[in-house]
Amino acid sequence: MMKPLRDVGLVGYGAYVPRYRISAEEISRVWKMGEDNLQLEEKAVPGLDEDTTTIAIEAARNALRKAALDPSKLSAVWLGSESKPYSVKPTATIVAEAVGATPHTTAADWEFACKAGTEAMQAAIGFVGSGMADYAMAIGADTAQGKPGDQLEYTAGAGGAAFVVGPKDESMAYLEGSHSYVTDTPDFFRRPNQQYPTHGSRFTGEPSYFTHTIMAARTLMDELGYGPEDYDRVVFHQPNSKFPVRVAKRLGFVEEQYRDGLLVPYVGNTYAASSGIGLAAVLDKAEPGERILLASYGSGAGSDAFSFVTTEYITRGRNPIPQISDYVNRRREIDYAQYARHRGKLVMY
Amino acid sequence: MSLAKHWRMQQQRYRLTGMECEDCGAKLLPRRLVCPRCKSHNLQPYSFKGQGMVHSYTVVYDAPSGYDGYVPYPAALVRLDEGPLVAAQLTDVDIDEAYIGMPVEMVTRRLREHGESGLIVYGYKFRPKLKDQA
Amino acid sequence: MRRVYITGIGQTPVREHWDRSARDLAASSILQALEQAGIDKADAIYVGNALSGELTGQEQLAALIADFAGLTGTEAIRVEAAGASGGAAVRLGYLAVASGVHDTVLVTGVEKMSDLAGPAVEEALATSTDEEYEAIHGLSIAALHALLMRRYMHDYDLERRDFAHFSMNSHRNAVNNEYAMFRRPITVEAFEKARLVADPISLLDSAPVADGAATIVLCSDKAAGERANSSVEITGSALATDALALHDRPNPLFLRAVQESAHKAYAQAGVAPKQIDIFELHDAFAILATLSLEASGLAPEGQGVRLAMEGEIALEGRIPICTMGGQKARGYPVGAAGVYQIVELAQQLRGDAGANQVDARVGMAQSIGGTGATAVTHILRSP
Repeated sequence: MMKPLRDVGLVGYGAYVPRYRISAEEISRVWKMGEDNLQLEEKAVPGLDEDTTTIAIEAARNALRKAALDPSKLSAVWLGSESKPYSVKPTATIVAEAVGATPHTTAADWEFACKAGTEAMQAAIGFVGSGMADYAMAIGADTAQGKPGDQLEYTAGAGGAAFVVGPKDESMAYLEGSHSYVTDTPDFFRRPNQQYPTHGSRFTGEPSYFTHTIMAARTLMDELGYGPEDYDRVVFHQPNSKFPVRVAKRLGFVEEQYRDGLLVPYVGNTYAASSGIGLAAVLDKAEPGERILLASYGSGAGSDAFSFVTTEYITRGRNPIPQISDYVNRRREIDYAQYARHRGKLVMY
Repeated sequence: MSLAKHWRMQQQRYRLTGMECEDCGAKLLPRRLVCPRCKSHNLQPYSFKGQGMVHSYTVVYDAPSGYDGYVPYPAALVRLDEGPLVAAQLTDVDIDEAYIGMPVEMVTRRLREHGESGLIVYGYKFRPKLKDQA
Repeated sequence: MRRVYITGIGQTPVREHWDRSARDLAASSILQALEQAGIDKADAIYVGNALSGELTGQEQLAALIADFAGLTGTEAIRVEAAGASGGAAVRLGYLAVASGVHDTVLVTGVEKMSDLAGPAVEEALATSTDEEYEAIHGLSIAALHALLMRRYMHDYDLERRDFAHFSMNSHRNAVNNEYAMFRRPITVEAFEKARLVADPISLLDSAPVADGAATIVLCSDKAAGERANSSVEITGSALATDALALHDRPNPLFLRAVQESAHKAYAQAGVAPKQIDIFELHDAFAILATLSLEASGLAPEGQGVRLAMEGEIALEGRIPICTMGGQKARGYPVGAAGVYQIVELAQQLRGDAGANQVDARVGMAQSIGGTGATAVTHILRSP
């Protein structure tokens, strides 16, 4: 388990999900994969003018408003994503400029599939915890791309979640400890000139998602001396509706604990934002003094686990700053043709 | 495709910044050197809150190069709460949903790309207000 | 100030001249005007052109045209003010003669638009808007006018079809103009069904871009000699500007540049608005026509469309406009339009308007750039 010398926590958080939705039923209508494969109701689709940058900017702005923090006080804007609009050129600098954190700050893009955002969070904890900085922002955002007709097309969604790490006494939720569990496990990857990723089918399950998530979460809990009953809420990475429920059960958690953080049925797998928006959703509902476990997962593979306890500040700024539920409830359904246009699957040039 | 031309507009476009006249208090968008109201040269940067309402709207069907991939798209003149009018696209709204008086708020979105290999230009657009601002 | 007379006019038909370039079009209109004026040279040439560089890659157009028209060496300069380029060129020609600097000048308006198509043309037209604050948002010139039209409809309780009368009037008049691009009448139904370009502006509410050139010869009384008695005279000339971007104007529905230039022209010419017998206005879009009537003092604010609905803009109405088809039906080679307006007004005031003849003594021509940031007004008097 890892814990910084200086106590830290989340002084603010924010999330964002785009407005458009395509239902699993509609994707099925085109690819005729049948009812069995329907793992969720619908997924979020970015608008024509949205991308990882714009999604990250809105999540970050919400987080800064929540923190009531002057953006120039940020010492880091770290963005984790696997769908950056530029392959070469940092997206984080655009976000940093847009939120007003520049120029006296660090900024960088992070990568570790769906746990890129929590990677950045680990680093932000270290940054603030070492005393190098008072405030550091970690963001996970993605506009995931699924190969047409592939299973992943049902779940590849879009969204962003941002967290501002700062001193414990200013936090809405302070950190008790964290742990990362990483191995070289190639369950899902994309070579540079490929448009769509390759995934390992059933290999993405037991040796990948389950092993890493369980090891990170269990190691953290053991070293903190906690069992699942000590937690009010738990949030996992959500690639589909089944995996997070199964891993919760295997770790000994019950539905009341994971229910509020399970958003994948409504927005799909938001990749680097997935566990982050689940965390944002439970923080939106939590009362002071609740213990929350977050365990992300990223293919390649690894899991970052964090144990948080909410403070009296947790209820600050619930209005008028948008909550994740405001975005989830804001929906415009589109059909497969519009979806293909939105996702750039129609060649325009 | 000009890099510098877009770069120098970035802060204004990302954050919706204009000027405030120190003498008469007018809030000005866009950036100016001389206050149109009192002719003062005492202008300081001012960041608009981004809240406003639709003063007029349209839907563009015949678009200029670089925007034709987005048609049809809605655009508007927005009356910001602080006073000025600003021209911008509307977003997150169906093309028949806009109306004069609609409350809107600023978001940062892609304005355009310069083809598949060129610069992406980000800037302000307005969407229907998500929540009432207390 | 000396008196300024129009002693010669020339024009090419307005259409897509696939086989002719700008220099060809300009030169042919110059040769026509020179012949009519009975001269073979001039002291200066003012070329009104908006988009030569953008659309054809050609700058330094005036020197090129002077040479190509056989007037190599003549003082020549291009004048640009977007859609008001032609009017602005007339203004400079007028100033040159009225001030006494030159005796005889040519004013040529030319635009070659058909070498590009679609989005590339929209992009070129958008250069008349505020690049940093309007064009960057994908606001085409039509979209900006659509914003004005939508607000006007809201403020004055009008429907889209109410605006049809401007296009219908222009088309009706163009039937008898052999130089016009579209010479068939249109109906209200066709107007309503036409494809939208920028809601609520449709294809039948937008002046068609095209190719064309028109030239006038301006002479001082001294240079005109006896011809002066039978020549149309420019009695008022004024140019004014306004903030470029719509959102920079305190009231976007009031065209301050139009008001300023019109009133200065009225004052100089010693006429009141109601004495204007013909108004060749800048009908790039019906909303612009409406707002021009209002800002020129020919209709109260909010009543411009009603004037058209009541038939007062027709040849037989109280204030005939676009008597040879206007921008909408005669066609709109952008930078040339302002000179075509003078040519058409001169035809009317000379009694050469054929089936479209209006009994007129005093006429007004008004050329507008973009959404109204430049406005040039000229008042002409019959011989």
